[in-house]
Amino acid sequence: MSLFDHKVSELHELLHKKEISATDLVDASYKRIAEVDDKVKAFLTLDEEHARQVAKEIDGKLGTDEQKGQLFGMPIGVKDNLVTKGLRTTCASQILDNFDPIYDATVVSKLKEAEAITIGKLNMDEFAMGSSNENSSYSATRNPWNIETVPGGSSGGSAAAVAAGEVLFSLGSDTGGSIRQPASFCGVVGLKPTYGRVSRFGLVAFASSLDQVGPITRTVEDNAYLLQAISGVDPMDSTSANVSVPNFAQGLTGDVKGLKIAVPKEYLGEGVQEDVKQSVLASLKVLEKLGATWEEVSLPHSKYALAAYYLLSSSEASANLARFDGVRYGYRTENPESLIDLYKKSRSEGFGDEVKRRIMLGTFALSSGYYDAYYKKAQKVRTLIKQDFENVFEKYDVIIGPTTPTPAFKIGEKTKDPLTMYANDILTIPVNLAGVPGISVPCGFSEGLPLGLQIIGKHFDESTVYRVAHAFEQATDFHKQKPEL
Amino acid sequence: MSRITIDEVKHVANLARLAITEEEAEQFQHQLDAIISFAEELNELDTDHVEPTSHVLDMNNVLREDEATKGLPQEEVLKNAPDSQDGYIKVPSIMD
Amino acid sequence: MEFETVIGLEVHVELKTDSKIFSASPNHFGAEPNTNTTVVDLGYPGVLPVVNKKAVEYGMKASMALNCEIAPVTKFDRKNYFYPDNPKAYQISQFDKPVGEHGWIEIEVDGYKKKIGITRIHLEEDAGKLTHGKGYSLVDYNRQGTPLIEIVSEPDIRTPNEAYAYLEKLKSIVQYTGVSDCKMEEGSLRCDANISLRPVGQKEFGTKTELKNLNSFNFVRKGLEYEEKRQAEVLREGGVIEQETRRFDEATGKTLLMRVKEGSDDYRYFPEPDLLDIVIDEDWKARIRAEIPELPDARKTRYIDTFGLPAYDAGVLTVTKETADFFEATVAAGAEPKQASNWIMGEVSAYLNAEGLELHETKLTAEGLAGMIALIEDGTISSKIAKTVFKELIENGGEAKKIVEDKGLVQISDESALLAIVTEILDNNPQSIDDFKNGKKKAVGFLVGQMMKATKGQANPQIVNKLLMQEIQKR
Repeated sequence: MSLFDHKVSELHELLHKKEISATDLVDASYKRIAEVDDKVKAFLTLDEEHARQVAKEIDGKLGTDEQKGQLFGMPIGVKDNLVTKGLRTTCASQILDNFDPIYDATVVSKLKEAEAITIGKLNMDEFAMGSSNENSSYSATRNPWNIETVPGGSSGGSAAAVAAGEVLFSLGSDTGGSIRQPASFCGVVGLKPTYGRVSRFGLVAFASSLDQVGPITRTVEDNAYLLQAISGVDPMDSTSANVSVPNFAQGLTGDVKGLKIAVPKEYLGEGVQEDVKQSVLASLKVLEKLGATWEEVSLPHSKYALAAYYLLSSSEASANLARFDGVRYGYRTENPESLIDLYKKSRSEGFGDEVKRRIMLGTFALSSGYYDAYYKKAQKVRTLIKQDFENVFEKYDVIIGPTTPTPAFKIGEKTKDPLTMYANDILTIPVNLAGVPGISVPCGFSEGLPLGLQIIGKHFDESTVYRVAHAFEQATDFHKQKPEL
Repeated sequence: MSRITIDEVKHVANLARLAITEEEAEQFQHQLDAIISFAEELNELDTDHVEPTSHVLDMNNVLREDEATKGLPQEEVLKNAPDSQDGYIKVPSIMD
Repeated sequence: MEFETVIGLEVHVELKTDSKIFSASPNHFGAEPNTNTTVVDLGYPGVLPVVNKKAVEYGMKASMALNCEIAPVTKFDRKNYFYPDNPKAYQISQFDKPVGEHGWIEIEVDGYKKKIGITRIHLEEDAGKLTHGKGYSLVDYNRQGTPLIEIVSEPDIRTPNEAYAYLEKLKSIVQYTGVSDCKMEEGSLRCDANISLRPVGQKEFGTKTELKNLNSFNFVRKGLEYEEKRQAEVLREGGVIEQETRRFDEATGKTLLMRVKEGSDDYRYFPEPDLLDIVIDEDWKARIRAEIPELPDARKTRYIDTFGLPAYDAGVLTVTKETADFFEATVAAGAEPKQASNWIMGEVSAYLNAEGLELHETKLTAEGLAGMIALIEDGTISSKIAKTVFKELIENGGEAKKIVEDKGLVQISDESALLAIVTEILDNNPQSIDDFKNGKKKAVGFLVGQMMKATKGQANPQIVNKLLMQEIQKR
């Protein structure tokens, strides 16, 4: 049994009793990484020396009255699009291969305050653009359940590292499903918080109006603990919301009696694999037994979400990624002939194909003569999608459906056609467009590959999402299954 | 007929400061055409009376008081710079 | 063919806030390059802007002073272009909801008054600074993020002189509000000009050229004058004006082609997703409006009406708030308004110009100047002596009366004392007496000069004159 089969609360008890030390936890992490990461390829950069030093300091506090952080001693992995001062941050891109940040992302500062121990930086699709981690410019992360399949993306490293027991938990980011989809593929719990719940300062922006940082964990309870530690308004992020942060873990009562669940027919329609549908229906039965009720509803504009998302996210990305120009940091081409040559070569050599494709799409959608037809149109459709959710939430507490239409697919299966790859996110994207919170919890298996149940809540109502996810988790044992590596 | 011409692809690449070969231009043309034609599904929706959403949350007037902190030390600023000289960041001449 | 000139001006004004518009780094020029920046200004991966409230309020204040309507909702947009001084490769600016719109100012040129429309005033961030070496350029990001307002005029300006007057007036008003120093030589005010010609009577505008590198109001006028002539010549010879950007060359006074504009630049503006709308309600507007001081035109009228000053004086005194405030303080300290005006427009202004100083950089106080004027009025000092006192006041400060006493500068009005000196001078200069009697009236001037020399300028000139005439007649 691994230490990481324990929850945060259990590990804290063991630490308090001095049955284990923070150093033991860090040892366990690096030992497991040494054992399996050659196969999984979840980590891009390790921070072992520093992690051990922090563990030592924490161990010195054990058994004393000294104030301890919310997550003290807990080994965590951080997605490589969150900047970490003095620790290489690449976004899995060659353009940032040598980038040594001079500041910490707000969530990273919060982790330090909470005394979690950063083990290293996690692999991802380059600049968070992708659904399979195959767009990493270093190596494709593998799914611990079957290393021939993808772990999902873009937070593939974050999900795989937790599933493989390399860390207790991790941080990912979710722009169109990038936490929930890999959590689903890897059989772990991943939450995209309400837009504005968690600071984006220090998250290398992909699509600013959609990006959120969120936790990936083994259990719902740990997820609540981790979200607690990273939430809250940040004066450095104008879009972080000044709303109170409830005690998420305290709300995990297991009680869902009287809960009203909406199940959008669009989420169980065409393109959703049969056993995925069945596992969702079985999950609803579990919740029914616990006293919840469900009804079918419609989110009529769901089919337009994907197109609106690609226009909006690519447009924002085309501006967000313009700063990678070889001038102040990052990769610069050798011996440029001129300034324009420096720009074009540095960017063309530094960015991968998918990133270039999205920059091209976004630049086109914003360019003179097309703005109204594409960008503005997509913003209007976003309004309709947001209204779909508002309408449903007038009568229902949560929306439930599958996280993804299929389980994890084979490596290389979808790389040829961008649109097929994009379709993977069809059930997660509307949630980002509406800005509401959504979680993926393990809800079954399809030929040995995990499936995820997506539970979507109202703005800033992560508490209800967690309560439902936790009640479901406690009534099932999918989360107790572990991949063999 | 493609929805985007090769010349447009090249123009967009230039705006985005990406160097592309003829072959890449053609490839982008196909891929962008596919994505754009897919995106044109949005035209099925009548959005004449719909307000665009730039921000999903109903928040405004997030403002900072005018208080200055210290600037970063120069060596921090230049730490990641590919080329610098006398405290400045160095680039090829902007005069072509 | 006769042409009508159409000019529009775009003026950038740096706002005098303590911190930058989107970050907390200090908003002043550091001596060392790249020391006044934070990760936000440098466009580091992951950074986000946060709006400086004072920058917004300064934008509102300037807009109100320039008679603009204030937007009920204003917002920021991204303007995308690559340039080494633009660290994010987009500038955060305002596109469709600028803070102010539909303003105007009134100018007076060659005796006629005219209103010039202001299309819009928007907030944006300044870029870094580039210096150029051989084959390379160097970038300093200290200026990056300095809050700017861009003031875009309507194409209402018809002559280079009107353009000059517009800039003077704009600068005066903006300075009054206190949101900027508006110093062109330090770059806190910058101007680009658009100019086109059209046949008199034609409604459509001709093709315009954009003038850059206009580093003083004078150069703006000269550049426009040159360009007006150049375009007229091209058109008269049957040529066409290209839409292009031209650089004013200070050495030759000519405008030179910088680049031809191919269509309009594609900046791909879109709403800045990292920033939220700014809603400006009536309360906020009222608070800002209350902070705007009496503006130059209102002051000018008041000076004419209350102080009985000539319009010319009132105009000159009210160009800067500092001068106007000083004038009013001098009057409040007891000086007669026209005397105060004469001194401020005369000696004070000449001294400041010669020394390249501003009033607050000298030791002169309103009380000091008023005290000195009082001493002239009551005959304690002559206006010649006053110049010595003035020099002392402006260089070392103090009280006029005390300076006069300490330096023994009191005017000699004692007739018996002066008569002794007059007698001595006449004894020594018989030739001058003869000359005078033979009709050379100028000869008396020489004798007065001798008197002043003998008394170190302290003799009361009226008494000296009287005594000289009286004694010459006796001889």
